[in-house]
Amino acid sequence: MAAVKMSIAKALNESLRKALETDPKVLIMGEDVGKLGGVFRITDGLQKDFGEERVIDTPLAESGIVGTAIGLALRGYRPVVEIQFDGFVFPAYDQIVTQLAKMHARALGKIKLPVVVRIPYAGGIGAVEHHSESPEALFAHVPGLKVVSPSNASDAYWMLQQAILSDDPVIFFEPKRRYWDKGDVDVEAIPGELHKARVARPGTDLTLAAYGPMVKVCLEAAAAAAEEGKSVEVVDLRSMSPVDFDGLQASVERTRRLVVVHEAPVFLGVGAEIAARITERCFYHLEAPVLRVGGFHAPYPPARLEDEYLPGLDRVLDAVDRSLAY
Amino acid sequence: MTVESTAARKPRRSSGTKRAAGAASARKTAAATAQPHDAEPQLVQLLTPEGERVDVNDNPDVAEFAPYVEDITTEDLRGLYRDMVLTRRFDGEATALQRQGELGLWASLLGQEAAQIGSGRALRDDDYVFPTYREHGVAWCRGVDPTNLLGMFRGVNHGGWDPNTNNFHLYTIVIGSQTLHATGYAMGVAKDGADSAVIAYFGDGASSQGDVAEAFTFSAVYNSPVVFFCQNNQWAISEPTERQMRVPLYQRAQGFGFPGVRVDGNDVLACLAVTRWALERARRGEGPTLVEAFTYRMGAHTTSDDPTKYRRDEETAAWEAKDPILRLKAHLLASGGADEAFFEALEAESEALGKRVREVVRAMPDPDTMAIFENVYADGHALVDEERAQFAAYLASFESAEEGH
Ligand SMILES: Cc1ncc(C[n+]2csc(CCOP(=O)(O)OP(=O)(O)O)c2C)c(N)n1
Repeated sequence: MAAVKMSIAKALNESLRKALETDPKVLIMGEDVGKLGGVFRITDGLQKDFGEERVIDTPLAESGIVGTAIGLALRGYRPVVEIQFDGFVFPAYDQIVTQLAKMHARALGKIKLPVVVRIPYAGGIGAVEHHSESPEALFAHVPGLKVVSPSNASDAYWMLQQAILSDDPVIFFEPKRRYWDKGDVDVEAIPGELHKARVARPGTDLTLAAYGPMVKVCLEAAAAAAEEGKSVEVVDLRSMSPVDFDGLQASVERTRRLVVVHEAPVFLGVGAEIAARITERCFYHLEAPVLRVGGFHAPYPPARLEDEYLPGLDRVLDAVDRSLAY
Repeated sequence: MTVESTAARKPRRSSGTKRAAGAASARKTAAATAQPHDAEPQLVQLLTPEGERVDVNDNPDVAEFAPYVEDITTEDLRGLYRDMVLTRRFDGEATALQRQGELGLWASLLGQEAAQIGSGRALRDDDYVFPTYREHGVAWCRGVDPTNLLGMFRGVNHGGWDPNTNNFHLYTIVIGSQTLHATGYAMGVAKDGADSAVIAYFGDGASSQGDVAEAFTFSAVYNSPVVFFCQNNQWAISEPTERQMRVPLYQRAQGFGFPGVRVDGNDVLACLAVTRWALERARRGEGPTLVEAFTYRMGAHTTSDDPTKYRRDEETAAWEAKDPILRLKAHLLASGGADEAFFEALEAESEALGKRVREVVRAMPDPDTMAIFENVYADGHALVDEERAQFAAYLASFESAEEGH
């Protein structure tokens, strides 16, 4: 077994390196990804080893980055583009939503758009505005896109490989405040399916469902709840489009209670869809309504307020208690 | 004034087009082979790096701009010097405060003082400014209390001042967005029949954004009274200008139908003259202008950045010799425009400013938690009200739990 301990950032870097080595058609593109290795150093050393034709510093233009990646994909390349921060994807939103997402269908399935858009996302790093947002629902709502987010180093490594191998466009959200969290990565393992949910901690009284940065908070909440004698299961959804409803349903049928947790605003968020579907599928199993914990219907606040804004242990446990009280 | 008449205007300078054809056939996507601009760019310059006034009779291009600073007295020069010194001091203090953990981030303007003070002092009170996140010197010229600029970098707010008090809009972090706001504002000014002008600041990297191209298009088509003031500080984080453009930036304006000028961005007098010239054109109804202030970012992009990863020390050293503040000081000393007493008094003022900035920042309170829900809408919103009430009740539950113990 070849498990190595590495940070999520390093796992992503190794994953990109592997993809570049394996397939000469894979390209890395983005602002500052070359010499600097990206502002988070996810592409560190890749330009040095693979050259400027494979690891491309682009002009400061997100619409340009995604728009040209589409063209490169049409020409047979597999571009992996980096958007520097969540809040800067919107200049490219038009290209992603009106073009990237729909071209395969418009061409009657005759062309493929294997473009990966990597976005460091969500809060918790004390940044200025536009650097802490969780726009995943805006992408998950768009047919034609796949939307995923790893929560640990192993998933970071494997899910990025799988996203690059996918013939569909994948929006790959990287939980930036977890970049430095370490975990075991087995680079020779046979990975699970990209869109399969994973039981991160088994339990019997209630299911907490989360993805990306909130998985860790939910695991901590489950550990805290265990001290009070409550057995909480944590499901790492891993994929927001598609969502593994079968996997989640199986968990909820066991625990009969569900709380969905994400950083993004609750209103019309990914949790809303999950609550609706699970209610439909598990109506007779549920002992309590599906509850949601997440951001408010307010702009992401200045850094000094983010600890209060972000769902933390207490807010998750509060929802656990409310659910168990039914 | 019609658009055609501004389009017909002779570009300030033309060069750098000779080599384009060969480069296009190089069939390289990532590695540009040709250099995009002149090794020694021609600049509008009124004060040399040694602090000597340029003889305008030698240079007809410069002669066009020199009249715009003919009224500048020795006292005015001392004022410009003071502005630059105090701005640098403020900036240095902010960098230090970031290192001490008082600010989450700081975007330093070190090296760009002349571009900002020269252009900022060209403005009239009724003009309107649309800055990015680095325009601390322009803010100073507008009378914005510098400590107000620190709130967003400390993380206590997303702005920190009322834009309409000083006609100085909030800092914009999303690259290029504000150039369109400036253009729209200028369209409004023109509709109102006012003779104010609008100025938009942005960087060389920003010139790659679609928004900036669209701002150029709109301002040209509507002949809007806007000055696009690009501080070409040579870098967009780690990317040099070669990664953004293949012809000198100021030349781009020509294709949109308005003039572009490249000015020595480290020469406060030339920046003042060229900006005044461009603002006058706007006021006269002659439409937009692109000013490219050729300058250099002496420090890191922000306090999170490590420029040693991508740029050479020799380059930075070469620009040090063009320091905007030292150049005006040399001039003031050589011309007898200022004496030791002036510099000493300014040093004391500088110290006092630094002290005040430190004190204000350290005393800056964290916002109240419920501020999360403030000002989300102007008219109020049921969902926000509901979430505010729920969250208040949730927070209160901790307090009652504590009282219970
Ligand atoms: C749309 C967008 N993309 C990326 C960023 C991240 N970013 C912040 S500053 C910067 C470089 C800006 O360079 P330039 O326009 O030359 O201005 P300078 O900072 O050098 O003054 C980048 C890429 C951003 N703020 N907005």
